[in-house]
Amino acid sequence: MKKTFQKWLPPVLTAIVIGILLWANWPTKDKDNDFAFTEFGQLPVTANGRIVPLDSLARNSLLAIREKQTLNLEPWKGWNENPKIIPATEWLANVMMNSSVADDWPCFRVDNPDLISLLKLPDKDAAKHSDGKHYSWNQIAANIDTFTNENNRVEAIEAANRTAYENAVAKMHERLVLYAQLKNTVQLENSPDWPAELAAYEKLIPDGIAAVNAQQAGQKFNQTNFDSLVAYISAFQYMANLEPPLILPPTDGAREWRRMGDALLDAPRPNGVPIDDSIHDWAKMAGALTANQPDAFNSALKDYYSTLVPTQSKALAKARAEVFFNQMEPFYNAMVIYVFAGLLAIFSWFNLSETLRRSAVWLVWLAFVIHTTGLIYRMVLEGRPPVTNLYSSAIFIGWGACLLGIILEKFYKNGIGAVVSAGIGFITLIIAHNLALTGDTMEMMRAVLDTNFWLATHVVAVTTGYASTFVAGFLALIYIVRGVFTKTLDEATGKSLARMIYGIVCFATLFSFVGTVLGGIWADQSWGRFWGWDPKENGALIIVLWNALILHLRWGGMIRERGLVVCAIGGNIVTSWSWFGVNMLGIGLHSYGFTDAAFKWLLLFVVSQLAFIALGLLPFKWWKSFSARA
Amino acid sequence: MPIKKIVSVFTSLKLTVTLLAFSIVLVFVGTLAQADEGLYGAQAHYFKQWIVIGADLFGHKIPLLLPGGYLLGVLLLVNLVCAHIYRFQLTTKKIGIQLTHAGVIVLLVGQLATDMLAREMQMHFSEGETKAYSESATDYELIFANGDQVTAIPSKLLKPGDELKIDSLPFAIRVKSFWKNSDVSFRAPMTQNAPPIASNGVALDFDFMQKPDVKKMDERNIPTAIIELTRTNGSPGDWVISEWTGDASLVEAVQNSYVDQIGATMAHTIASKLAAPQAIESNGQEYTFVLRPARIYHPFSLTLLKATHTVYPGTDIPKDFRSRVRIDNPQAGERREVEISMNHPLRYGGYTFYQYQMDAGQMAEQAGRVPSSVLSVVRNPSWLTPYIGCGMVGAGLLTQFMFHLVGFVSKRKSK
Repeated sequence: MKKTFQKWLPPVLTAIVIGILLWANWPTKDKDNDFAFTEFGQLPVTANGRIVPLDSLARNSLLAIREKQTLNLEPWKGWNENPKIIPATEWLANVMMNSSVADDWPCFRVDNPDLISLLKLPDKDAAKHSDGKHYSWNQIAANIDTFTNENNRVEAIEAANRTAYENAVAKMHERLVLYAQLKNTVQLENSPDWPAELAAYEKLIPDGIAAVNAQQAGQKFNQTNFDSLVAYISAFQYMANLEPPLILPPTDGAREWRRMGDALLDAPRPNGVPIDDSIHDWAKMAGALTANQPDAFNSALKDYYSTLVPTQSKALAKARAEVFFNQMEPFYNAMVIYVFAGLLAIFSWFNLSETLRRSAVWLVWLAFVIHTTGLIYRMVLEGRPPVTNLYSSAIFIGWGACLLGIILEKFYKNGIGAVVSAGIGFITLIIAHNLALTGDTMEMMRAVLDTNFWLATHVVAVTTGYASTFVAGFLALIYIVRGVFTKTLDEATGKSLARMIYGIVCFATLFSFVGTVLGGIWADQSWGRFWGWDPKENGALIIVLWNALILHLRWGGMIRERGLVVCAIGGNIVTSWSWFGVNMLGIGLHSYGFTDAAFKWLLLFVVSQLAFIALGLLPFKWWKSFSARA
Repeated sequence: MPIKKIVSVFTSLKLTVTLLAFSIVLVFVGTLAQADEGLYGAQAHYFKQWIVIGADLFGHKIPLLLPGGYLLGVLLLVNLVCAHIYRFQLTTKKIGIQLTHAGVIVLLVGQLATDMLAREMQMHFSEGETKAYSESATDYELIFANGDQVTAIPSKLLKPGDELKIDSLPFAIRVKSFWKNSDVSFRAPMTQNAPPIASNGVALDFDFMQKPDVKKMDERNIPTAIIELTRTNGSPGDWVISEWTGDASLVEAVQNSYVDQIGATMAHTIASKLAAPQAIESNGQEYTFVLRPARIYHPFSLTLLKATHTVYPGTDIPKDFRSRVRIDNPQAGERREVEISMNHPLRYGGYTFYQYQMDAGQMAEQAGRVPSSVLSVVRNPSWLTPYIGCGMVGAGLLTQFMFHLVGFVSKRKSK
């Protein structure tokens, strides 16, 4: 009985987790008599220079504004009071086409207390429906003049010299601009009845043009028609100048995706493209949403969709694929499983239960498979190698470290590899999650980076170098924590850890060296210089030098088991510096990933690693494991 | 035995470890310093240097003594070569290590050679323009032209206080001051409260001021000097020579800066005064002179046919920079068109031409400017060494790693 239990626990546990995942992530279907927001989210538009489904636009925008992918309409309620939470697409649809409702929704997250008091926003008070953190467009707009003055002052200050409050102002400004762009994507913002207004404009065009032509020719002209057309033009110019997403698909007249504002401006021009079906369909959707008529909305959506089918089948397919990816949230799910697996593996060290360890390994495998699927899915969506920006580097480092951990576990079968996989997998996915707050994670590549060959070689090699250096460092942390605080680090375990660290450092040296030099060769190909002492190059060079230093110290017998362990933790510091630290200097060719909040975390990480190094240097008599051995 | 001792020091792993440790510190400090000193400043201070004394970090002066990049590089090279010779064994077990270190030697030597031999220039042109020369981005020359006869004096020779006598010129040049970076402003007739800084030419209408050297990578120094020219029959006084007067884009920038203040017509007059050629007469001959970026003339010419800058739809994110140029090489009877774009340079006549900067596309169109392009022109005889070195080290490390891995796996299996 016990044997059967031990044999079957890991697969059964894994099956249960898979079941929960499927249940939690099964794509939701729109209800028949309600607004088809899920289907709406599958419409393709062009934003950030690429075709995106509205679902991604909604999620990325809400992440940028509220730091979450969903909107809580009643944030003052506790989670147990069942607050109403709506998906991002429903929010986006209302911002774009029904702003009189959406402008009252608390979608702006404000954390900085000075900014809260500047904008005279209410404190936390459940009775007054405020949680002291989330505010609506209307609440902020009440004091927009004060804010604009402050923002003008802040904009004159160089980003590196701003205080936390000034950073908050600048960030708020970005969020407000983003929101204003969304409000002007489909219709003129705050238009109470957009279909009627559009129809009026369409009807006005011939008379308006006649009036303008007559006025320019110095003849008598109809002042009312002239003024109305001019008023429309300036309103649409405002719309277009905000540079919102391009929602109108290419048609017979227009060969590229267009902004609504540009299209409306273009219609009265001599060779302009007249107002077409897609503009009408969008207006119908807007009208139906404002009038709260789900059936009319859904049928306008269906009409619009069917006009896209003949010409935009590729964009539709891509949008659908991306929505599926968004709904599955592979990296989030993998992250949750990593936590679970890591805990099981750590428990297995204490009671030395093989069943627990095997369960942990099964779960690590499950998380790894999900992680891999997500990684490959992203690559296919983007048509790019795995690492294209800071966000994807975090995903890839986690993946690489997890793979190395699995390999170590396969050889040593002592739960250490599983903890490495789970630990680094979890941490890097948390980092990726926070990096995603800056916006679209599948942004287009700037001209100089637009080469799949170098992205696939240099970038992958360097990030593999990062991943392996982190694995060595994580192994070293396990050595020190188990050695100092527990009695579980027996001689065999210590030896095997040291051997793992040594092997991984060799591996890391290989990849970081090759990656760094390939980067030099890329630079030689595109700028004519192999090495330019750019901060990111220097960061990578330090990793190579550090790993080389460890190896030479070891070969020269200048360090042994413990020295190796302590040096490997130094690898963590060096790698985090190269990965994030150099970007914070705000100089050089690679300063694309500046994130101020990250600085605090980097500092914290470095300090913690120094503390571990200090622990590692304690005399052996204070190590629980060594005093136990003696 | 002192020799044995010296050998044992230079072949020792302890030296390697020390040098590596110092390299890490140097690279780290040299990276931090870039925030204050700029990329080129930090390079000169830390990496292209034998000994580093003192550091400027985050606005603070820090006492510091470090071996510089050159010293560390040379010592590492000596250490490597000595160890290589001394411990060389051709065994399968060691072959990876040997190859790796030989590769590192190639890389170090290659970089040293690059540092000494490579020249980096630029070629600026607008659409339709033909250039048969490249210009330096950092070095300047003082040019005296008398008909076809041209005399070029490198700006390195223009040291304040020096007097230069050159055979081809019937006058001597005394350098009164030389500023690496400078600013210019118009001497408005109403607000003059100081005499002009030189008695002739452009200085009568413009004030030139010394400015701190630039630190950012995308900015450049604009040098200005005051020179006195003395003929046998006495000195007609001094002149200002400045890149501000010679570079068309700088003159345009000055003009634009005055448009708002005094209107387009006046600004244009000011600009034409700034760009007016300066000359000195001697023995009935006229010598025009100007300070301009140092040039290298090529035996061929490039013509910019089209500069294209595309962006992703609806954004400002650059998608592609591309220059279509025609090569004219009368000696080789060659006349063909090529495209130079990011990551796709042109290698021709011992030089490599890279797409560097561009003013084209919508922005240039709206401003009414003729599209133009800047190519970075590099001559680096040792450009192949990183490729070879990287191949050797990569192969070496891989061999060594696989050797260990196979050994490890088979040992595990046999257990």
